Amino acid sequence: MHARYAGAAHLALSGVSLRVRWGTCFALVGPNGAGKSTLLKVIAGLLPVQAGDLRVLGHEVGACRAAIAYLPQRSEIDWSFPISVRRLVLSGRYPHLGWLRLPSREDWRVVDAALDQVGLRDLAERQIGELSGGQQQRVLLARALAQDATLLLLDEPLNAVDVTTQRIISEVLHALVQRGKTVIVATHDLDRVQREFDDALFLSEGRVVAVGVHSVRERTLQWMHAANAFDVSHERA
Amino acid sequence: MSVLEPFQYAFMRSAALAGLVVGVTCALVGTYVVLRRMAFISDALAHTVLPGLVIAYLNRWSMTLGALVAGVITALGIGWLSRRRELREDTAIGIMFTAMFALGILLMSGVRTYRDLAHMLFGNILGVTQAQLLLFSAVAVGVIVALMALHKELELTSFDPLHAQVIGINADRLRYVLLVLVALAVVGAVQLVGVVLTSALLIVPPATAALLAKRLPLVMLLAVLIAVSSTWVGLLLSYYYDVASGAAIVLVCIVCFGVAWGWRQIRRAV
Repeated sequence: MHARYAGAAHLALSGVSLRVRWGTCFALVGPNGAGKSTLLKVIAGLLPVQAGDLRVLGHEVGACRAAIAYLPQRSEIDWSFPISVRRLVLSGRYPHLGWLRLPSREDWRVVDAALDQVGLRDLAERQIGELSGGQQQRVLLARALAQDATLLLLDEPLNAVDVTTQRIISEVLHALVQRGKTVIVATHDLDRVQREFDDALFLSEGRVVAVGVHSVRERTLQWMHAANAFDVSHERA
Repeated sequence: MSVLEPFQYAFMRSAALAGLVVGVTCALVGTYVVLRRMAFISDALAHTVLPGLVIAYLNRWSMTLGALVAGVITALGIGWLSRRRELREDTAIGIMFTAMFALGILLMSGVRTYRDLAHMLFGNILGVTQAQLLLFSAVAVGVIVALMALHKELELTSFDPLHAQVIGINADRLRYVLLVLVALAVVGAVQLVGVVLTSALLIVPPATAALLAKRLPLVMLLAVLIAVSSTWVGLLLSYYYDVASGAAIVLVCIVCFGVAWGWRQIRRAV
């Protein structure tokens, strides 16, 4: 399939083809600007597919919105907005609530359980901007849990977060996959891809370069090697 | 003799009532305007009503209605130009603002008397009529009901439009709705209290409240309290010291903002 940002001349993704099996943990690897975020947005229904066919959870894109949770990069949210952690997590319940409806006691119970799972129950009444980067990432994960989504799309959830957050996110994702949920993660963390993911895809300049955990690992090492070599020569010059 | 003695006059009572309705509406709508960084829009809307006023004047239609229609057209135009972020919202506002204002001037250059239009454009809180008050109250009730009904959707699209979009809430359409609500509030308020006071009541009380509160409903409540009390204090000051009422109200708002700003700086330093 192909995808392009509005007004952009170049395709952000071209000829990308992927197949993610139900109940697996899938990694998207590649340099910055390779199209990982774009691919996640296309799957989430945030960007239109220009050409080609994309079926998500067996439906056309946008047909099963409540079942998809998208965790954007933290910079895409206005953290200074006056809202509590608990209320942000509540927005995971909105697809189940619908318009003009107030949350029930059950909705709040689900929210609190999700906060417990990511270890943020104590910070529930804080304003969202008062949390650390790692805690903010966990809030977004808690929202996906509260939403009870079937497919989770995570954009660099492990980037620049503390060790506790990394551990909790890994545990929660693992538990989700055990329960039959499907998880797609954009990441740089090669060791983790090797250890924790069932399948992987290496993207470069909007194209698929390698498929499968092993070949993605090899491809990434090559790429890192090339990048390092460039850095060294650049420093010397 | 009490401090409230001036309110025995009918024009002061009307002004206080206008302050109440305009203050509540502007503070509520303004909270979103401030938090979504659309402050520029109130100024733009206050000016773009001009062609609506002129056309209504020439055809002997209701000028308030003309202004409302022009305001809504502006809001929809801004939403349309900046849809899918192809054009930034502030640029879209700048384009609609100048286009509509220039159209108004062009139409007006054919009209002899400027005075009636000037009055409509600049308003005067001490000259509010019963009919104006009733019409604006109807608009205000509609705006407030819409804000309450769409509270969780407007809140969500304000801080995380992507999540909203993913779960099927059309953030763009909600932006249109909000723009129209802002237009109704601004255009209505301008007729009652003028351009400057409307801009001030829309921006300053919510900006002050946002410095003090960390929950959206609390920000809204504080903004309403600040806006309404500022108009009343301003009215009293203008009565006792014989100064311009609109300017007095704006300056009381600004003093509130200054106090909140100072308090926050001190708290940050300690």
